[in-house]
Amino acid sequence: MGRMARRLAPQILTLAALVALVSVFFPNFINISFDGSRFVGPIIDVLKRSAPIALLAVGMTLVIATRGIDLSVGTVMAIAGAVAAWAITSGLGLPLTLALALAAGLAAGLWNGALVAIIGIQPIVATLILMTSGRGIAQLITEGRILTFSDPGFAFIGSGAVFGIPFPTVLWMATAVAFAVLMRRTALGLLIEATGVNRAASALAGVNATVILIAVYMASGLCAALAGIVTTADIRGADANNAGLWLELDAILAVVIGGNSLLGGRFSIAGSILGALIIQTINTGIVLSGFPSEYNLVIKAGLVIIILVLQSPNLSADWIYLRSVLLPRRAD
Amino acid sequence: MLLSIRSLSKSFPGTKALQGVDFDLAAGEVHGLLGENGAGKSTLIKCLTGAYRRDGGEMFLQGHSINPTSTAEAQTLGIGTVYQEVNLLPNMTVAQNLTFGSEPRRFGLVDARMQSRKAREILAPYGIGIDVDRDLGAYPVAIRQIVAIARAVELSGKVLILDEPTASLDAAEVRLLFSIVGRLRDEGLGIIFVSHFLNQVFELCDRVTVLRNGRKIVTAETAQLDRLRLISHMLGRELEEAERHDRGASGQNAERREPMIRFEGLGRAGMIEPFDLSVERGEVIGLAGLLGSGRTETAQLMFGVRSAGSGTTEDAQGRVAHGSPREAIAAGFGFAPEERKADGIAAELSVRENIILALQARRGWMSRIPRAEQERLAAHYIEKLDIRTSDAEKAIGDLSGGNQQKVVLARWLAMNPRFLILDEPTRGIDVGAHAEILRLIHEITAEGMSILVISSELDELVAVCDRVIVLRDRRHVAELVGEDVSTDAIVRAIAKPDAAKVVEPA
Amino acid sequence: MMKTLLTGAALLALTATASAQTVGFSQIGSESGWRAAETTLTRQQAEERGYTLQFSDAQQRQENQIAAIRSFIAQDVDAILLAPVVATGWDSVLQEAKEAEIPVVLLDRQVDSSDDLYLTAVGSDLVHEGRVAGEWLVGDVGDADCRIVELQGTTGSSPAIDRANGFREAIEGHANLEIVRSQTGDFTRSGGKQVMESFLQAEGGGAEICALYAHNDDMAIGAIQAIKEAGLRPGEDIRVVSIDAVPDIFQAMAAGEANATVELTPNMAGPAFDALEAFWADGTMPEKFIQTDSRLYTQADDPAGEYEARKDLGY
Repeated sequence: MGRMARRLAPQILTLAALVALVSVFFPNFINISFDGSRFVGPIIDVLKRSAPIALLAVGMTLVIATRGIDLSVGTVMAIAGAVAAWAITSGLGLPLTLALALAAGLAAGLWNGALVAIIGIQPIVATLILMTSGRGIAQLITEGRILTFSDPGFAFIGSGAVFGIPFPTVLWMATAVAFAVLMRRTALGLLIEATGVNRAASALAGVNATVILIAVYMASGLCAALAGIVTTADIRGADANNAGLWLELDAILAVVIGGNSLLGGRFSIAGSILGALIIQTINTGIVLSGFPSEYNLVIKAGLVIIILVLQSPNLSADWIYLRSVLLPRRAD
Repeated sequence: MLLSIRSLSKSFPGTKALQGVDFDLAAGEVHGLLGENGAGKSTLIKCLTGAYRRDGGEMFLQGHSINPTSTAEAQTLGIGTVYQEVNLLPNMTVAQNLTFGSEPRRFGLVDARMQSRKAREILAPYGIGIDVDRDLGAYPVAIRQIVAIARAVELSGKVLILDEPTASLDAAEVRLLFSIVGRLRDEGLGIIFVSHFLNQVFELCDRVTVLRNGRKIVTAETAQLDRLRLISHMLGRELEEAERHDRGASGQNAERREPMIRFEGLGRAGMIEPFDLSVERGEVIGLAGLLGSGRTETAQLMFGVRSAGSGTTEDAQGRVAHGSPREAIAAGFGFAPEERKADGIAAELSVRENIILALQARRGWMSRIPRAEQERLAAHYIEKLDIRTSDAEKAIGDLSGGNQQKVVLARWLAMNPRFLILDEPTRGIDVGAHAEILRLIHEITAEGMSILVISSELDELVAVCDRVIVLRDRRHVAELVGEDVSTDAIVRAIAKPDAAKVVEPA
Repeated sequence: MMKTLLTGAALLALTATASAQTVGFSQIGSESGWRAAETTLTRQQAEERGYTLQFSDAQQRQENQIAAIRSFIAQDVDAILLAPVVATGWDSVLQEAKEAEIPVVLLDRQVDSSDDLYLTAVGSDLVHEGRVAGEWLVGDVGDADCRIVELQGTTGSSPAIDRANGFREAIEGHANLEIVRSQTGDFTRSGGKQVMESFLQAEGGGAEICALYAHNDDMAIGAIQAIKEAGLRPGEDIRVVSIDAVPDIFQAMAAGEANATVELTPNMAGPAFDALEAFWADGTMPEKFIQTDSRLYTQADDPAGEYEARKDLGY
């Protein structure tokens, strides 16, 4: 446990600093109240609104651990949302609707994984194919409009609450825990890391690297489908043009802020989740603080740069060096 | 002398790539440059073409001291180079490639008609009637090579360096290339020819220079040199030297043991000709041969890294499938590859994880080896193989080469394979670890495991092997058994097939 | 064809009335429900008037539009409708159409070319739309104080800028109306909902908000959900006014959850065809810009009926 805390310390400190920073501009940021049926407050909103990024980040972490990248997750969200909205409006019932949407995510992952692992296309190119063409598929399903529904069961996924906690929060937490446990209680974590560090060596040691690669892209597709379901349930409609638009970049950013290397290998799902919370805190914080919209991206970019610079290994090495130089002098 | 090099030296961190090398090239001469990997051939060429700055020594071209700082400058001086991978632009036309950088111009614009005419003039002496206005990439490698030569001769015109030019050519193409090289020699060019193919060297070269470990070993007229002597120069084995027969216990009792696996007709076009090999329980088989003779390819077919084009494999239970590493592992094979960093270790992962990787892969992802068991295995092999690491959680990339190799060995020993392939197990590791690995090979065969060792160190093969298979030109050409295993015999077998007794595997 | 021998608008009009008209329509694409409705309505209008419509979907690419116009010119159509994807780069192809004496009518968006290269442009006035929304709110609020939150369109886009400015013009001078929070919701439902949630948090759980002005209906629909989930009644506790008049906002209005919307009519073809018919008949040159109505709809305007009328237009 101590090792994990040490590994995640920069992310936890960053998040705490951000919460403090937003509180300066919006003092009620950490207030949480109970309105009789659920908890409400800006922090609860962050925990709820981080669902899509957090879910995507879980899958993205695994893909990045294999030295890959999945640019298609935003589009897969739109496809899964479109499938779900179509299924629920066609009267297929909630269980079948969810199954179909998740199957769409898995199929998208299988496609990406096959392109990467079997055909051998670079991940960034392979997933770009689906990223650019997939919205067309989603638009075909929704026939170009926002496909709305009113099924209360489906809507619950977006706006319901369990023990006062928003359901999307429960969903991303459960997903993250499930994946983390799956990775560390089985050998999948090791096999993914080994494939990411050195695919050739892993294959020679008998690791079925092809299957591992396909599996991580399918996991990413599954997480993207979950995110798509949440987003669709949230607005009670499938918006093929906008659902998950550019969210793949936030997901990648979450993984990187979470301290995972884009060069693959060692990964931490908990780190990526913290990264997602950091990004969502920035997003929500900007709106709450009341700056004009024109500043949104500048503020976000500025904060992200500061965070990444503070986390960079070079800087921490410099810091250790500086300390070693300065501290003895101070002792004099 | 057209080109004289005097006591050329070049060091890189940790290695002396060239130490006081002398080299002379006459006009109208084809001079072969030979040596095994790491001998210093490519360093010499790179110093000559300005890709590297030399640390010491002098180079004279037609009596003038030269000091090229770039390949372009070397070209202007008169030294042109053609590499195995042709360094021209395949998406430009032949004419554009030939005149690149010196395009004929009219009113400041490239004159395409003149360009084509000039290209045809340049190519005319080479006797290849090709359309110079087509893209270079449309032509086969041999033609591209000739275009590259034509360009180099056109631009430089004094010294032509051919670096492994024949490696990807077929026999007819080699003939064409040789006739062109012969003509250029007759016109007075000095040609440096780098090749692993000894037949070609003997056929084409007037003189050869052998480098080994960054030193010049010998320069001699080809006519006065036989293959045997040449190979012993390259491998560093003096024939006169008394056989150091420190054969281990396994070497002496060369009586036939229980056969375990039989490979029959295993081969793949372009990699290795079909061969037969019977592996007996607890024996050490060595694979000897020059670089590119098909040693690693043999191992790769056995372990399913590349799929075999032909052949069957059987053991006492019947057919053995080994079409992929996973199948080979299921059949009880193990493989420690030559490129340890690229194919052996997962550098960022810990010693423990590297040791259990193959075992975990075989058990499948569902049944994770419990952490306590992982730690026990790691501790066991760290102690048994004397792996020098502060603890089992250290990243393997931080260990020395010898210790990395021991971890890879531990990975396979943990699998308890029946047949373990070790490709250059002692390359790049220090002397102490070297001896320990040889001792380990003895130990594990005593427990019934069979081992195939690939090595360029003939001493090493002689010390550990019960049998040595000799390869040449992608063929298994000879087999030495028991008392017949000696560096002398191996060198003779590499040199010519009838020099050693050829034993067909039973 | 005989027509090529004839010159002059009057003679042109002769042939025009003699046979069914063929009109080429180069549409940007189908990136939004509004545009799909525009396509549907253009087809309907052409059918009603007995024209043959040559339709070309450019899929957001100017080169496709230029190719389509050239092909219309080659087919010698009687008029060309163009919804330009970008403002620049039209000079040469419009010149070709002019030389072939084919009138071009721009729909919905403007181009940077000289205005003698096209017959007229039909479009809405985005500033005016914002103004209509603001004027409604001014009238609806009366003298009471009103804290307004604004969901803006995509930052920097011309609808976002113009609709913001028009609304501000309308409420200027009414000190009781104040925009207290303004943030982009990117024209999407999801964006509208998320930003509205934060607005509600920031403004005392929503109790201090009197009205929401959204730059489009989709953001308003998302915001309505956020208001409902916060336990408030949209349309009553918080007034909701937005722009576009897509079918779903009429559903919300019918349910009492939205108060008003300003129509951005997808029927650009109607006024365009009217102008063309006048031109064909006697060469009447229309104004260079024909502004469509920015009609205001409230809960009193039979929202359920409006929904039924619009739901099949492809929104």
